[in-house]
Parts: sequence; C-alpha cells; structure tokens
Amino acid sequence: MMHALRVMGVQLRISAAAAMAYRADFLIEGAMSAAWLALTLLPLIVLYRGRATVAGWDESSALIVIAYFMAVRAILEGVVSPSFVDLVERIRSGAFDYVLLKPVDAQVLISASAFEPWKIIDLLGAIALASYAFWLRGSGPAAADVGLGLLLLVTGVLAMYALWILCAAASFWVVRLDNLTYLLGAIFDTARWPVQIFRGAWRFVFTFVIPVAVMTTYPAMALLGRLDRDTALATIGGSLVLLVISRGVWKLAIRSYTSASS
Amino acid sequence: MSSRTLRAIPTLLRIGVAETVAYRAEFLVWILTTTLPLVMLGLWTSVAEEAPFRGYTGADFIAYYLATLIVRNLTGSWVAWQISEEIRLGSMSMRLLRPIHPFIVFGASHVAAIPFRSLVAVPIAVILLVSSGASTLTHDPLQLALIVPSIILAWIITFSLMFALGSLAFFITKSMALLNIYFGLFSLLSGYLLPLPLMPDWIATIARWAPFRFMLSAPVELMTRNLDAGDLTELLVGQTAWCVACLALALWVWNEGVRRFEAVGG
Repeated sequence: MMHALRVMGVQLRISAAAAMAYRADFLIEGAMSAAWLALTLLPLIVLYRGRATVAGWDESSALIVIAYFMAVRAILEGVVSPSFVDLVERIRSGAFDYVLLKPVDAQVLISASAFEPWKIIDLLGAIALASYAFWLRGSGPAAADVGLGLLLLVTGVLAMYALWILCAAASFWVVRLDNLTYLLGAIFDTARWPVQIFRGAWRFVFTFVIPVAVMTTYPAMALLGRLDRDTALATIGGSLVLLVISRGVWKLAIRSYTSASS
Repeated sequence: MSSRTLRAIPTLLRIGVAETVAYRAEFLVWILTTTLPLVMLGLWTSVAEEAPFRGYTGADFIAYYLATLIVRNLTGSWVAWQISEEIRLGSMSMRLLRPIHPFIVFGASHVAAIPFRSLVAVPIAVILLVSSGASTLTHDPLQLALIVPSIILAWIITFSLMFALGSLAFFITKSMALLNIYFGLFSLLSGYLLPLPLMPDWIATIARWAPFRFMLSAPVELMTRNLDAGDLTELLVGQTAWCVACLALALWVWNEGVRRFEAVGG
C-alpha cells in the first residue's frame, strides 16, 4: 500500500512538471472552464427565472449541487481519466502486458498513472461557486455539515470511480468499447441537477441504477444540513459497496485477460 | 461529379453498411451517448407538471425533445474525428491517392449508417406520436412535406461544417479543443439544450442568424410548431443559404489543407 502511494507520488510529480512546461495551457484551460461553467449554469438560470423553487430546491441550493458536480468532475478528469484513456488502447494492442509486469497493482497504475494538474482550476471554481451560493443564502453552513459534506464528496468520487473501473473491466471482454466512458460521462452530466427534480423512472435510474444522486444531490443536501441520518449512511454504504463490487469485477477481468500481443 | 464517381457510390454505400454492421456495439453506444435530450425531457416535463413553463406545457416539451432526438440521431456526424485522426496517424495519404474526393467517400459512409440510426429514430418517432398526441405536432400538409427536405439540408450543413473542422487538423495540432468549443456553441445555439424561445434574448438573437439553428432547430420547429409563411420562408432560405456556404467552406478548407499536407508515418 505504502509502495503504491509512493509510486503515485512520483507520477504526480512528473505530471506536475509536465504541466508547468506548458504554462500557456493554464490560460486556455481557465478560459475553457469558465465557458463550460456558463453553459452549465444557463439552463438553471432560465429555469429559475420562471420559477422560484422547483421540487423544493431554490436557486442558491441548486447552485451547490452544480458546485459538487464540478468538483467531482474535476477530480475525475484530473486524476482518473488521463490514465484511463490509454488503457483501452493498451488492451487492444497488447501493451497492457507491460502494465501487468510492473510490481505495482495494475488498478493503481491505470487509475493514477497520469494527472492533469490544471483541473485544479475547476476545483477552485467549484469552491467559489459554493461560496457564492452560501453568500446568496445569507448564512454559511454549520461546521458539522461541512464535515459531512466533505465526507460525502469523497464517497461520491469513489462511487464514480467504481463505475469507471467497471467500464475498464468491461473493455477486457469487449475490446474497443472505449466510448463506454463517453456514455458514462453523458449520464454523469445529469448529476448537475438535484435528483428530486426528476420524476418516476428517471429518478429511480439516477438513484439506484446509475447512482448520480449519491455523487452530487445527497452531498449537497448534507452541506445544506437537510440530509437525514439514514440517507447519509445509505449514501456512504452504497458507495463503498459499489467500490468493493468494482474491485471484484476488476480482479475477475484481469484473470481472464488474454494478451493481444505476440 | 464525374460518371466514374457516380458509379463508385453504390460500392461505397455497401462498404459503409458493412462497416456499420461490423462495429455495431460501438455504434450503439455512440447512439446511446445522445442522452441530453432525454434528460432535459425528464427535467422540463416535471417542471411543467405544476404549471406550464413560459407557455410550454409538458406535452410541448415531450414533443420538442423527442423531435430533437430524432433529428440529432439522423443528422449526427463524426467525420471531424475521422479526418483529424487520419491526418494525425498518416493514413490520410492513402485516401489522397484514390481518384475520388474524400468528401464523397466520408459522405457515403455516413449515409450508409442512416438506416441503422433509423432503427433508433423510428421507434422514438412512434413514441412521440403516441405519447404527446397529435395536438403538439404540426397538421399543415406543406410543413409535413417539408420535414424531409429540411432534415436533408440540416444533414448537409452538419456534415460540411464537421468536414471543415476536421480538415483544420491540416493546420493545427490541437483541433480537438476546437471541437469542444464547437459542441458548446452548438448545444447553446441550435436548440439542443433548450428551445430557442426560452433562451435569454441576446442568445436568441445570435441563434437566429448563426448556422447552428439550421442544423437542428429548423426541422424540429417544422415538426412541432405551426409556422406562418414568413417564418417558414426564413427557415428554408436560411437552411439553403447556410448549406451552400458550409459546402463551399468545407471544400475550401480541405483544398488549402491538402496543399500543405505532409504525411506523418509511413
């Protein structure tokens, strides 16, 4: 475990050095983040111009859901997806053999072998957005709620990460399904809305099948001090279960890996 | 178009169908990625359940977003990715050796995928008719007759613009970032994200003249709204004009790009 952490530390240092070499990217990334944020906020602004509250969510609390959405996405795109993109190609070409040969757990290597440090801009943007939302509300969150909110941010990221690993495992059996991650991204896009706004089948899918509610809505409710204890426990438990399942499936997939090379 | 090119087209279409069938799983996942209209549909129908939202009822939203899904499904294009990938890897050289313009070859492979894409679009169209009823759809026979030509024009505009964007990879290496910007503008100005009348005024004004509206919103409006003669003319004249402009742009960027093409790889 310590060994894996040290490897990740080295990888992080290399990625940071590479990022510093392309400092101009900082401006481009920043401009892109701002543009995407504007695009994300637009439907919300249109919606709340016509209505004061929707399904119990007013504008400032819905902004907090969007802040969580940005934060989870920033962490994933900064930490997990840069390494993940190579994985499918490596499985197809057989270069994955070299990953397996290395004396570090393969899951660690494919989850955190490359980083995109500039994604920190998105993370800072998320914090700024949440602060703005609380400024709109006129009162900050209670200390205990901040604690729970941060804890649920971690479990939310873990839940999303578990889904990614499941996709990665799928690509062992069905080669060339790299666009599964696009599909996942498209579905994760719904996480910018509080799940209660959706009705019927939609809400069921987003709560239980693809648990985007666990990633943004419940953490936001925790930060707002609205989450009851049972839902909080279920959220944490659900994320951990998902993580354990994904680890199991990953191990199974690795075992059935037949090299494409040689 | 020379007769030789014309004779090649049936073969190109057959190849396209074979490719689509070979990569069916991948293809299906791509189609499923177009979830945004469905999410927006779920969102706005539950918002409109309490009371109509700025004149839009739940049925209006259902009709709008299902029509969006159909048009997007039939007109979607991935040629920009194909071109920039081939330029990056060097396999473009092979295409340039062939005696047919790549615009035709890529176009044929896209057209060949349409029957497969219809497998998704047609059931949605049926759901649209059954669920939101005829009340929110157009009855005007002229408009009904114009839906197909309008979708074809939208297809040509989308394909040409994507072809031009892909050809930019001849000039710059970071053309993928441009595609992100393109998609952002598209979802904002084409009516993909929200019906254009719901947009803030200044965005709606830009959208009225930009090409994006004619790639998606135009056929959707034909299906879901009763337009007067003035609106109808504006939509179709706009579509035709942008169609010609985008075709010219695509071929121009391509020709300029090919001239400075240096093959990568062997």
